[in-house]
Amino acid sequence: MKLGIIDSNASNLNSVYQALLRLKHEGNLNFPLELMISSKKEELKTADKLIFPGVGAISAVMEGLKRNDLVDFVKENQKPLLGICLGMQILFSGSEEVPLKSESKTSSGLNLIEGQIKKISCGDLPLPHMGWNSLEFSSHPLFKGLKENSYVYFVHSYCASLGSYTIASSEYGQKFSAAVSFKNFLGVQFHPEKSGAVGAQILKNFLEM
Amino acid sequence: MLAKRIIPCLDVRDGVVVKGVQFRNHEVVGSIVDLAKRYADEGADELVFYDITASSAGRRVDKSWVAKIAEVINIPFCVAGGIKSAQDVKEILAYGADKISINSPALANPDLITELSDIFGAQCIVVGIDSYFNEETGTYQVKQFTGDEKCTKTTSWQTLDWILEVQKRGAGEIVLNMMNQDGMKNGYDLKQLKLARKICKVPLIASGGAGAMEHFYEAFNEADVSGALAASVFHKHIIEIPKLKAYLQEKGVVVRA
Repeated sequence: MKLGIIDSNASNLNSVYQALLRLKHEGNLNFPLELMISSKKEELKTADKLIFPGVGAISAVMEGLKRNDLVDFVKENQKPLLGICLGMQILFSGSEEVPLKSESKTSSGLNLIEGQIKKISCGDLPLPHMGWNSLEFSSHPLFKGLKENSYVYFVHSYCASLGSYTIASSEYGQKFSAAVSFKNFLGVQFHPEKSGAVGAQILKNFLEM
Repeated sequence: MLAKRIIPCLDVRDGVVVKGVQFRNHEVVGSIVDLAKRYADEGADELVFYDITASSAGRRVDKSWVAKIAEVINIPFCVAGGIKSAQDVKEILAYGADKISINSPALANPDLITELSDIFGAQCIVVGIDSYFNEETGTYQVKQFTGDEKCTKTTSWQTLDWILEVQKRGAGEIVLNMMNQDGMKNGYDLKQLKLARKICKVPLIASGGAGAMEHFYEAFNEADVSGALAASVFHKHIIEIPKLKAYLQEKGVVVRA
């Protein structure tokens, strides 16, 4: 299988790449895995599956996609795509997260899933929500083999509320979507590449789905 | 529920993991990559790598080992030691570290905290504070350049004031190293931790003094810290992480099993 990692030039991809490399070498996959990091759509089109990692700010990730002429490629993509963190958030219509000096009240997303990403409503709890939080997951194949009450690693201040697209949830002051699924698009708010054995299993499940 | 974190700390000097008593007389305890992998496999929630010689010798963290750690572990980790500029941070994060921690350079130039927090986000900017209880004056004093005892100096900051200041400047997390307890295995300074917790709006990590599993429980239960950091009890197998987690879970502390 050829897995393409979408490089929007706005995020650090090394952790995701290393996690996939470990799966390739030690993951007991029953097929050979070829990894490719690219920001060129001609190359990414040759992949069987795609992973879109995102760290930083949503507007910067969107800018990165635009700069590399990748917006339409991602929107029209028919292959299984897993967005991580901001790579998940950007699948939605837009976000309350705007650059500090911006006058706009929202940033736009790819509008593949209808809904706004909003600031986590968590009262006195510190933001960002950072650390290991328990995951309540559905029977979706992305969570095959996970034990009840598995923990995954989060770093974020904004979140997607629960909806028909929610396939896993977590709670930090409020309940929110920890993972979403819509057509061929999947997204996880947490970082599977930093979530120990649980995260490795989720990445493996994505490859094997 | 957000889990309380168990954080082994690996003090690094000249590319190997070392540990001293009360910040002095360092002995070698093992290789960085081997220990990092061991702790990740055993269920550590996060790792901290402190290059304890870096700040005082005017050196920068050796980046090559940061990349090697990212290759072998699948949990978050933090790198500290002599980080003085945005360029330093950019490189360390690019090699796969999740956070950086600054200590002496933040004291020398408090604006650095704000600068780094603005560029990289508060979530990856940790401030380490070396706090010493002066019995004569009855005050907690912030020390600087503790990696090398010949260079260590007492700053004009009192610990609680400095905790408030670094939060104002954008610190996303605070590691409080309680120096009087370091390596003594008598438990964390709960009194100091409780004082710090009251004024700390960002995650507070206890460091210095853990010698038994009860000490971790006390820090979580009495002082409500977000994480507890320890070194020698883990390096010397005095406490095994899976047993510690089972113990804490039994006591009702939310931990990642």
